[in-house]
Amino acid sequence: MSKVLLEVNELSTKYVTRFHEDVYAVDRVSLKVEEGKSLGIAGESGCGKSTLALSMMGYYFPPLHYISGDIYLDGNNITKMDPDVIRRKILGTEISYIPQAAMNALNPTQKILSFIQDVIWAHNPKATKEEIFNLAKERFTLLGLPESVLYKYPVELSGGMKQRTVIAVSVILGPKVLIADEPSSALDVTSQKMVIKMLVDLMESGFIKGMVFITHELPLLYNVTDDIMVMYAGQIVEKGTADEVVLDPLHPYSRGLMGSLIVPEEGMREQKLVAIPGAPPNLKDPPSGCRFAARCKYVIPQCTKMHTIEMQELGNGREYRCIFSEEELRKAYQNG
Amino acid sequence: MKHTLRQVFHSGKFVAGFCILVALLLLIAIYPLFVKGDPLAIIGQGTFFPPGTYVNTYDSIYAPNTYTLNLKDAAANRIAQRLPEKDREEMKTWLVAYGIPEEQIDVNDIKALLDIWFENYDPNESLGMIYAKQRYYQRLNDSIRNLLSIEGVILAEKNPETGELQEVGIVNQTDYVNINEVANVRVLPLGTDNFGRDVLTELVRATAVSLEIGLVAGVIATLIGLTLGLLAGYIGGWVDDFIMFITNLFTVIPSFVLLILISFSIGQEKRGAVTIAIVIGLTSWVWTTRAVRSQVMSLRNRDHVNLSKLSGHSIFYIITHDIFPYIASYVVMALILQISSAILAEASLSILGLGPRTTDVPTLGLMMNWAMIYQAHIMGRWWAYLPVIIMIALITFSMNLMNTGLDQVFNPTLRE
Amino acid sequence: MDNGSGSCLKCIDLTKIYGMGRTKTLAVDHVSLEIHNKEIVSIVGESGSGKTTLAKLLLGLTEPTEGEIYFLGKKRDISTHKKRLEYWKNIQAIFQDPYSSYNIFRKIDDVLLDCINMRDGKNISREEKVHMMSEACRFVNMKFEELTNKYPFELSGGQMQRLMIARVFLLKPKILIADEPTSMIDACSRATILDMLLKLNAEEGTTLIFITHDIGLAYYLSQTVYIMKKGRIVESGTAEEVILHPKEAYTKRLISDVPKIREEWDLSTVVYSTE
Repeated sequence: MSKVLLEVNELSTKYVTRFHEDVYAVDRVSLKVEEGKSLGIAGESGCGKSTLALSMMGYYFPPLHYISGDIYLDGNNITKMDPDVIRRKILGTEISYIPQAAMNALNPTQKILSFIQDVIWAHNPKATKEEIFNLAKERFTLLGLPESVLYKYPVELSGGMKQRTVIAVSVILGPKVLIADEPSSALDVTSQKMVIKMLVDLMESGFIKGMVFITHELPLLYNVTDDIMVMYAGQIVEKGTADEVVLDPLHPYSRGLMGSLIVPEEGMREQKLVAIPGAPPNLKDPPSGCRFAARCKYVIPQCTKMHTIEMQELGNGREYRCIFSEEELRKAYQNG
Repeated sequence: MKHTLRQVFHSGKFVAGFCILVALLLLIAIYPLFVKGDPLAIIGQGTFFPPGTYVNTYDSIYAPNTYTLNLKDAAANRIAQRLPEKDREEMKTWLVAYGIPEEQIDVNDIKALLDIWFENYDPNESLGMIYAKQRYYQRLNDSIRNLLSIEGVILAEKNPETGELQEVGIVNQTDYVNINEVANVRVLPLGTDNFGRDVLTELVRATAVSLEIGLVAGVIATLIGLTLGLLAGYIGGWVDDFIMFITNLFTVIPSFVLLILISFSIGQEKRGAVTIAIVIGLTSWVWTTRAVRSQVMSLRNRDHVNLSKLSGHSIFYIITHDIFPYIASYVVMALILQISSAILAEASLSILGLGPRTTDVPTLGLMMNWAMIYQAHIMGRWWAYLPVIIMIALITFSMNLMNTGLDQVFNPTLRE
Repeated sequence: MDNGSGSCLKCIDLTKIYGMGRTKTLAVDHVSLEIHNKEIVSIVGESGSGKTTLAKLLLGLTEPTEGEIYFLGKKRDISTHKKRLEYWKNIQAIFQDPYSSYNIFRKIDDVLLDCINMRDGKNISREEKVHMMSEACRFVNMKFEELTNKYPFELSGGQMQRLMIARVFLLKPKILIADEPTSMIDACSRATILDMLLKLNAEEGTTLIFITHDIGLAYYLSQTVYIMKKGRIVESGTAEEVILHPKEAYTKRLISDVPKIREEWDLSTVVYSTE
């Protein structure tokens, strides 16, 4: 087994809404990112995947609050670290984070080069302008971005170009792990593919050692990441390799999610789409027992009687959160 | 609607502004119940009586009871009032200039000081002083005679037959009257103005009139602005071009200059409070139009408007049901700002002498105008202008506070 | 197409230009298409391809700069309010963002009542109206009793879109233009909405025009597919032809860029653009 870069152990966090209500968006989530591997997190809107991405960095500021659990970065526990130390010593240099719609966060009055200078000076105030320029130029060339981008304002770039620039800048300090939250969802398919290729290139060329990729688009995850976790209502409901989770899902929710995929492939028209009735539970007051029970076809009374449903391990990192055994589930799926 | 109101009253800023405004309105409503009579009645003969309680001297003498109080510091207070420390220092200056050694003079020992003074002072000695200074010392000398006397004042009456003065009574230094037994006492908390009118009564009335002017002007401006903005924004095309042409014309000409010119051409005699309000309203709708138009333009292309069109609604229905409710909160905020800026505009106009004609009603601006003409600010008659300034500030402050509070409620990006 | 019915909506050289002078943009550029009765058509394009403008032109929400639209074989005339009303009885729409599709100050009942009033006038008894609204809600698997006196924003995104379909069910138009009806909705609720739209087509015979950026969706749903690029239709044909055997380079690229599951998604062919 290769080196574990980022390990999250039973992490629970919450955030507080404008109306001072607690939302328990991440509930006892455990995950591992190994060196050279990428992990995908899939889930619908409101399942807590973006909150998980923020929580993974150990950098808590209101409205996000830590509840319990540990985060190990390269073997060091960073949960108890001071947020200020995390910001200076870890963000950008150890872990980099690309938030949703990051490309819209570029300062419209600042040229890209000046933005890069700000990023580097925040961590290394002694860097000279020339050093920064050389570094930026070298990286941009390696990542297929034209040098001219450095002298442009964000408005002069297309959406796809902006997003690629943001990614290039976010890895300029050499982080080990990159957390990308929906990096391509606002782009059209062609730009999306370029962004994805760039992320894959970053992994292959060793600029980053591990990646967490968060999206609601399963076909994309399937093509990009090695492992996939499916999130539902703040919990991980299924873990496994991309092939296992997408082609042979075990949890009824993952199965529903895979059954609702639409891709332009031969045979798609003959398939019947699966619809999951109802809506996800409110995370302000999560239900006890299985959180999917209210929408599940195979629900039995025990599902909601137990306080929590634990993950069942099948070996090789394959896990799912359901009271049924693998055989029972497969049998149920065969009978429809 | 209920929910919105509750949210509005949860905003601290709005509540603070609202409370100030309600307090002012209560003052306007309740004060006239206690102080009756014409707010513009001239009661004082002379200008700028300072704030205080005015007791009728005649009634004091003929008060039903006279009380004798032996108060220790009465004499000291009396001397202190008639011979303040400043005058004592001046006396010392004269005496030193006359040649008395400085160590011998103690300004705090009034008896000794007066002794030295009466011993040495010579009204004809100029000591190289300017004439005005000499006159000052002569006057001072006259006034401090009898200062140490303990005798009372004799009241005399003219005998109607012989024409001789006959002593009828004596007012001793230890005589007191109870103020409640004096027939005529008038409290003037803010004194009188240049015409001798009670400033507080005038101020309360002026605040009411100014608020009326603000309300009328604000409603007129908002109505015009809203109508033109809705039409320009929703209908677009040549209607928009035409309305924006006029709006731009008004934007380019500073509205205050326009206001001055219109007020001036109406003429002093025809300018009443309502006329001024209408003139202000007619010149200040411009930015409401622009703001409403831009809001409507962004709403016009929203899907709920498209859906309303597809449901067969008429333009009028869409404007009133699908556009107006969305900008209603915005319009209320615009109205509040218009009211407060109209009050300021009235004040600015009146201070230039272009306000409502002066014999009718007081307004905050007119009060400032009068105080300025009679140089209250130079003469230090603060009660003639400072309360007015504070009142204007309070009104606009409360309204702007309410506006900021509303903004926080209705503009999600400003919420905490 | 094969059911023998004729042309339902047809446009010839439809062009829409926004702005003037230097800001002039050609949103729709000489688009001609013909949609038959009861057909399911998809118009596919990336953002900025002019597909939403085309939808608005067909709906009559914006006036074309050039070109003609024929409805049921006759030239469309929407010059007066009355004629527009008549046209909109026959053509309705579902918009992309359910959260901005409703007037937040009006209740669900009002939304549905509008449709009844538009279709059948106002001389229907209250009971009958309630009956019709219940019927429409049942069509989209919702209960009118639970919706009455509520505001649309109290519903989830998926429920709002279903309410939109209930609206269309009440109006029974000949054509429904659905502009990205599922793009803001979770994958699991998407199937429900698509099913209802297909049911509308099968049971009511409504012609469906899907405006979408999702090629997979277009392939799954439609009989005919139009591919739009920068205001022009670059390729059209049956779904199988266009999506499984594309002829145009643009269509080929578009389809190859969509991530697949059973087919290989080749990242090595990606060429970084420089603009």
